[in-house]
Order: sequence, then structure tokens, then C-alpha cells
Amino acid sequence: MADLKTRIAKRCAKEFKDGEFVNLGIGLPTMVADYIPDDIMVTFHSENGFAGIDAVVDKEEDVDVDIINSGGTYVTAVPRVKYFDTAESFGLVRGGHVRATVLGAMQVAENGDLANWIIPGKKVAGMGGAMDLCAGCPEVIIVMLHTQKGNHKILKECTLPLTAERCVSKIITEMGVMEVTDEGIVVTELHPDYTKEDIQAATGCELKFSPDLKPMEEE
Amino acid sequence: MINKIMTADEAVAGVQDGMTIMVGGFLGTGSPEVLMDALVRKGVKHLTVIGNDGGLHTGQPAQFGGKTPRGIGKLLEHHMVDHLIASHIGVNPIINEQIAEGTLRYTLVPQGTLAEKIRAAAYGLGGVLTPTGVGTPMETEVDELGREKKVVEIEGVKYLFEMPLRADYSFIRPSVADKFGNFYCAKATKNFNYVMTGASDHTIIAPEKLVEIGEIDPDYFAVAGVLVDTIVEGEQKWQI
Repeated sequence: MADLKTRIAKRCAKEFKDGEFVNLGIGLPTMVADYIPDDIMVTFHSENGFAGIDAVVDKEEDVDVDIINSGGTYVTAVPRVKYFDTAESFGLVRGGHVRATVLGAMQVAENGDLANWIIPGKKVAGMGGAMDLCAGCPEVIIVMLHTQKGNHKILKECTLPLTAERCVSKIITEMGVMEVTDEGIVVTELHPDYTKEDIQAATGCELKFSPDLKPMEEE
Repeated sequence: MINKIMTADEAVAGVQDGMTIMVGGFLGTGSPEVLMDALVRKGVKHLTVIGNDGGLHTGQPAQFGGKTPRGIGKLLEHHMVDHLIASHIGVNPIINEQIAEGTLRYTLVPQGTLAEKIRAAAYGLGGVLTPTGVGTPMETEVDELGREKKVVEIEGVKYLFEMPLRADYSFIRPSVADKFGNFYCAKATKNFNYVMTGASDHTIIAPEKLVEIGEIDPDYFAVAGVLVDTIVEGEQKWQI
């Protein structure tokens, strides 16, 4: 499982160009930062209050108690960091200045609808900044395992309450890379461990395959 | 000449049962602990509390462990809160316990929207239009005061009309303030502390460091002391 998540994070890291400003969610999305090539500079947004999040602090003596990430974990910041308050942080988000957000999902629909914040009847967590990020970022990239205990997560329609409508542009799973288009979800890369039939069987809506279908690269 | 400096207990003396308060901080970071402690000593009940989240409980964050609750977590631990208005309530486990017991009501507001609703109250706007939440339960569910949401379409784009969010008291934690109340918050402690200042009838600040007027370059200050009613000393750097 860890290997599959690493595969997803490595592939997602290829989505970013030198100089971009992007947001990574907590969990699998956070792993993406570890695989950004050394020769490009990407600035990561921490929605609780800065542009330029660096790494989680391992040792207690290295903690600066004034710097946490949006999950409440003590982190460091890069030298070019800019700290800001919540209004400025989400102004940057809604204004489209954070080029992309990478998030996990409970469900994604073929039209790009996203559900990733609540399961009715279960313990309530809240949306935090997820609705703002999905409404504001020009690109929403979903990184996740393709199914949840065998259940489909990519569906014709979401059954859970939405985080945002028609916001997802790309889905990266262990099985492949998919783009959300007006004609539905198009597989652009398929991992060599799987066939077209495998990825279709693991998906709750009809997939299209790009005429230019490529293998999803490990590295 | 006006002296805004009081003890924490004097500063919170006017907080009454059933009032609405807002508290700066993000999972405890940037929360005014001396003011939370004073509210606990006063034992005020049935508060409506506005904050990003419900602070932290004992033992949090998991990274290095926490010895005591932090921020709004202190008020929750003492059952002082009837209604929590926040963007995220999943971290502090006490919140879901009190929801299950039926003693705590909650209203969720997206983080950016929460900041803008508070900013609208502080800066005289009748509300804000935001694309956040269109097509979600934020559009179909009523707001924190039970009002229906309006959807406004401008040049083909749908926005939710979100109303201002105001309180009786704002509790704010600057890193550095002068004795007039001009202040700034270091690094990631800014969060909601800036917009909440001035969004209430009374704003109380508890700076980690208090300096004389004119002691530091005024260009460092992010928030105007004219918005601050009361200054309380004694706030410490958080110890992990």
C-alpha cells in the first residue's frame, strides 16, 4: 500500500513547473512535495497562513511553536516564505493565484464533482479550507487509491454531499492518470500492472481511453 | 490619558452567560491562553464561540504531545460552549463527544468564508459574495443564525451571499503590541487574529510581548490600536 501511495505521489510531482504556487492537502497529497525535482522551485501554500511550507519538524528542539501546518503539525518554512492571515490566505485561493490544489477524495463524479469532507451519520470533521480551495484553484488534482475496500470512488454521480461542483480536472491513482473532460473521464496514462478492463472494472462510470494512451511511469 | 491595560480577570468581567465571543488561533496556535484561563475562572456558560476550530485537547498535537487543552479547547473542556461556529471540528475529540451528548450545537463555515464574514462585520460590509460552497450543503443549509442562503449570479458565475458575523467580545493574541494596542502576530499565529479585531463590541488583546509606544518602528504593526479596547499582560510563548 505504501508503495502504491509513493507511486501516486511521484507521478503527481510531475504536474508542477518551475516557479509555481500550489497547495497540498494533508496525508497522501503532502507526500508529493518529497518528489519535486531539485532543479525546479515550487512554493507550497499552507492555508492556515503562509506561502513556503518546507518540512515536518522531527526533533523537539527544532520546533518553532509559531509555525504549524494546516493539520496542526509543527513544520519549517523556506527562506522565501511569506506569512499571512486567513483572509489573505483565502484571497490568494479564491483569486486563482494558487495554481493547483492536490487533495484526496471520497468520491469523484464523471463531471468533476468532488465529495471529500463529510459522511452523513459519521463523526463530523468539517470542510476546513477544502471548499474554498476547490472553488478557487484553477486546477484540482485528486490523488487517491482507485477504490476504497473494493468500492468504487470514481462514479457517474457523487452520493455524498459535495465539496464543490465540477472542480476536478485530473485524477491520479495507482492504476493510472485520468483527465476530466466535457465528454467524461479520459484515461491518459495506464500503469503497466493493469489492463484497460482492470481500470474500467474498478470505476463506477464509463471511462474513455486517450488515442495517445501512455504507460504510467514509475519514475 | 487612556490606559487600556487591565488584568485578565478585569478584562473578562463583562462577559455574560449566553454571549457570543470570537477567539483567534488555529488549532491553538495564536490563541490567547491567559484570556481563555480567565474565562474558565469566571465560569461563564452558554457561550456561542466563533473560531477556526475547537482548539486542542490534552495530549495534542500528537507530534510532541500536549500537557493541557489549548485555546477554545479550554472552554469546551469546562462545558462553557453551547454553539460552536467553526470551519473544522474534527481534531479536538471533545467536540464530537459533546455533540453526541446533545450539549453542543455546531455550525460549519468554510475557512475562507468564515474569515470574510468576520471581516465584513469589522469593516462595515453588508456581506460578501463568494463562489465557495455553491452546489454544496453550504448553499442549501441555513447559516449560523438560521437564515436561508441567497445565490447571486453575476456575469454567469454563481456566488453565495454570506452575511457578516459579529460578536460581543473578540479575544486576540498578538506576538508584539504597544501600549496603545497597535500589534502584529508572528509567522503562522496571525490566522484569524487580524480580522477578528474590531468585529466585536469589545476587543481584548493578550500580547506575548508588550512594548512602549514608539519603541518599535510603526511599519511593523499590522493592526491598528484604535480597534483595541483592552490589553492584558502575561501571555507566554507556548511551551511544548
